[in-house]
Amino acid sequence: MKFRVERDVLADAVAWAARSLPVRPSVPVLAGLLIETTDDGLVLSTFDYETSARATLPADVTDEGRALVSGRLLADICRSLPNKPVEMTIDGAKVSLTCGSARFSLQTMPVEEYPALPEMPAATGTVNSDVFAAAVAQAVVAAGRDDMLPVLTGVRLEIEGASISLLATDRFRLSHRELSWEPGVTDASAAALVPAKVLADTAKSLTAGSQVTIALSTSGAGEGIIGFEGSAGGGVRRTTTRLLDGEFPKVRTLFPTEHLTLARVDKASLVESVKRVSLVAERNTAVQLAFSDGVLTLDAGSGDEAQASESIEASVEGDDITTGFNPQFLLDGLTAIEAPVVELAFTQASKPAVMAGARSMDADADLAFRYLLMPRRLLS
Amino acid sequence: MRADPTILHVDLDAFFAAVEQRDKPSLRGKPVVVGGVGGRGVVATASYEARAFGVRSAMSTAEARSRCPHAAFLTGRFDAYREVSGTVMRLLRELSPLVEPLSLDEAFVDLAAAGLDDVSVAGVTEVARRLKRDLHEATGGLHGSVGIGTSKLVAKIASDLEKPDGLVVVPPGTERDLLRPMRVTVIPGVGPATAERLRRVGVHTVAELERISEDELVRVVGQAHGKGLYRMARADDDRPVVAEREAKSVSVEDTYDTDLVDRRLLEGLLDRQAAKVTERLRKARLSGRTVTVKVRLHDFSTHTRSLTLAAPTDNTRTVARLARTLIAEVDTSGGVRLLGVGVSGLADWIQEDLFGDTEEAADTADEPLAEEAIARVTRGRPWSPGMDVEHATHGPGWVWGSGRGRVTVRFETAETRPGPVKTFSTDDPDLVPRPRGRYDVPPDTPEAGVPEAGVPEAGVAAPDDATPL
Repeated sequence: MKFRVERDVLADAVAWAARSLPVRPSVPVLAGLLIETTDDGLVLSTFDYETSARATLPADVTDEGRALVSGRLLADICRSLPNKPVEMTIDGAKVSLTCGSARFSLQTMPVEEYPALPEMPAATGTVNSDVFAAAVAQAVVAAGRDDMLPVLTGVRLEIEGASISLLATDRFRLSHRELSWEPGVTDASAAALVPAKVLADTAKSLTAGSQVTIALSTSGAGEGIIGFEGSAGGGVRRTTTRLLDGEFPKVRTLFPTEHLTLARVDKASLVESVKRVSLVAERNTAVQLAFSDGVLTLDAGSGDEAQASESIEASVEGDDITTGFNPQFLLDGLTAIEAPVVELAFTQASKPAVMAGARSMDADADLAFRYLLMPRRLLS
Repeated sequence: MRADPTILHVDLDAFFAAVEQRDKPSLRGKPVVVGGVGGRGVVATASYEARAFGVRSAMSTAEARSRCPHAAFLTGRFDAYREVSGTVMRLLRELSPLVEPLSLDEAFVDLAAAGLDDVSVAGVTEVARRLKRDLHEATGGLHGSVGIGTSKLVAKIASDLEKPDGLVVVPPGTERDLLRPMRVTVIPGVGPATAERLRRVGVHTVAELERISEDELVRVVGQAHGKGLYRMARADDDRPVVAEREAKSVSVEDTYDTDLVDRRLLEGLLDRQAAKVTERLRKARLSGRTVTVKVRLHDFSTHTRSLTLAAPTDNTRTVARLARTLIAEVDTSGGVRLLGVGVSGLADWIQEDLFGDTEEAADTADEPLAEEAIARVTRGRPWSPGMDVEHATHGPGWVWGSGRGRVTVRFETAETRPGPVKTFSTDDPDLVPRPRGRYDVPPDTPEAGVPEAGVPEAGVAAPDDATPL
């Protein structure tokens, strides 16, 4: 194995592939990053039996071959190299890396013990990479982080013809994002439960090219995988991950069909206010929101402890309402909304509120993204 | 430090043992030890008669037995103690609205809030004398030791000076003279570790501590502790009396007679403790964000693991689920002797669940197999020594001892003279446990057994008050 490659191209691809390296590998070789040279150039891969990453990049290949080296070490080295072409060759049990006058010699790991990466399933369709990244970033906000409830650590991805729905919930809030895409066949219909963390990382990292290809295979019993492919650095980046097992709860019906109060607030002002009043909250206190004619009053803190209160302008239609939320959950929803105005729809103080964005105080709400948040219940 | 001696500290003398002696006439004047009577029990309280034999609180019951084999070893009746404590705290609140209970048998009272005309040494001495008399009457014969001073530090030290049944008022201006000859361990916060550090720099008494500069003290015992200690050594203590000390955590823990290894059994026990903790939380209208599991292993090493939730909860299943996750982080293969679950980061609201409370019901479906094992581990002795019982023909009494299928009962109550002892079969249908509140309380006493607000319940730990009973 011998090749020569541009430093920036290599560093970027190595950093991308190294993202999915396991922190505590179950088998030592899984800490490795596989370097392969082929006619088409250079291929870098990592795999932890759940998630695989594979990057191709242009390189001057002199000798074909493969080598497995510590992924983290290689990533650290590449990040710090001077901006000069990089040459790598295999040299017995070592890989030598030269860049300008810097030389490294890396131990190799037994490449024959490295597991084969899963096949990328057949493409199901393509989606605009920026739209996809933004939509995923909104959806994952509500995903659970508790490994004891694995189903809720996933994002439910539903494909129905030309639209994709993303749903996530940690039982306390629920995010729902709709986006359109170009399916391979017009009557495409499929559903998958994708680990939220992998989905978020992947969508964010594939924005260099204009399109992302989604490839879903759910034919096997429980052994489904999903693949994402985009382009970057003159090559192709491809991630596959194993789908989560289990039944995602039926959540669409949780959105109330009507509302008794509809409030609109400038999003940035509300975010600032929530952050300010929750300073007194020591992370254990809820923030109370009271909507009445034209005014939203925020309160936090209680009894003899520190208290804070602030009022901001709001347009309120319907009944006055006073309710309260976990400040962090409220902020998560507000910051996920991209539009400058946020619309909050309430039925009762004890029932979940629906948040959505709007371009202006008068424009229709953009229902492509909705965030459903369960309020706090006071115990005394 | 105040100008007048207006902080009163009261400490009930040998509290649990005194209640036992009150309710069990045959034990009056005899050594009584209240605590765990199992193989691993420790002494909670020893009567003064038992203390004469060297029995002390926190000593293992086994050691207490060897020092004082003829003492009555009782398991304790916490309902009765709580009831007496409630009576005492009510008395203190009649004296001043500002009462800070430290535990069931100890409290600070702020006399500055009592509206007294005379806060001279003579004036407060008279107040204390009346309080001691009222306390003795209201509790049916218990004694409390009272200390009064210009600060909490001095009041607490003073109440200990003439125990039992003591009364010491430290006149303003004499505080430092009082403290100087005392060992540094009289200062709150100076435990064995700090005392040892001070000993290495030649400090044993408060007088010696006083001679050390603040900078040097900070070097020896650390920044936060050093500054406080420097002031305490000069009797400079302006900590206020705080009513209604808020609980910082709610927890339960249990010690087991054998080391437990079976993972499913441990999880079953954690589930039960989670249920107990969340029940207490709900009663107190509280919720919490942080769940902590405490594990003491066969080798006495103690491990705590905790996890913080995104939002506070009082949900049993959530706490149980986290507790199970946490214990998985501890290697319990060598056996567990103590297990506990606690919830902290307390709040007064909970984050509601979008799905209602129906979700995780299936989680615990595989449990019945462990039920029997759990029952075996947690079952108390059916007739524990000291417990109140009632016999169909012989009337009320208390369990004197049991074993080999027999149970021995002494038939007496607080109002009777020492009574006779009779032995029955443990499954005698005529013998039943006697609920608290009969025979022990005059009929016109309102609602016995409800802990007074502000008295920390066993397990609801307030700061400085974590001593498990």
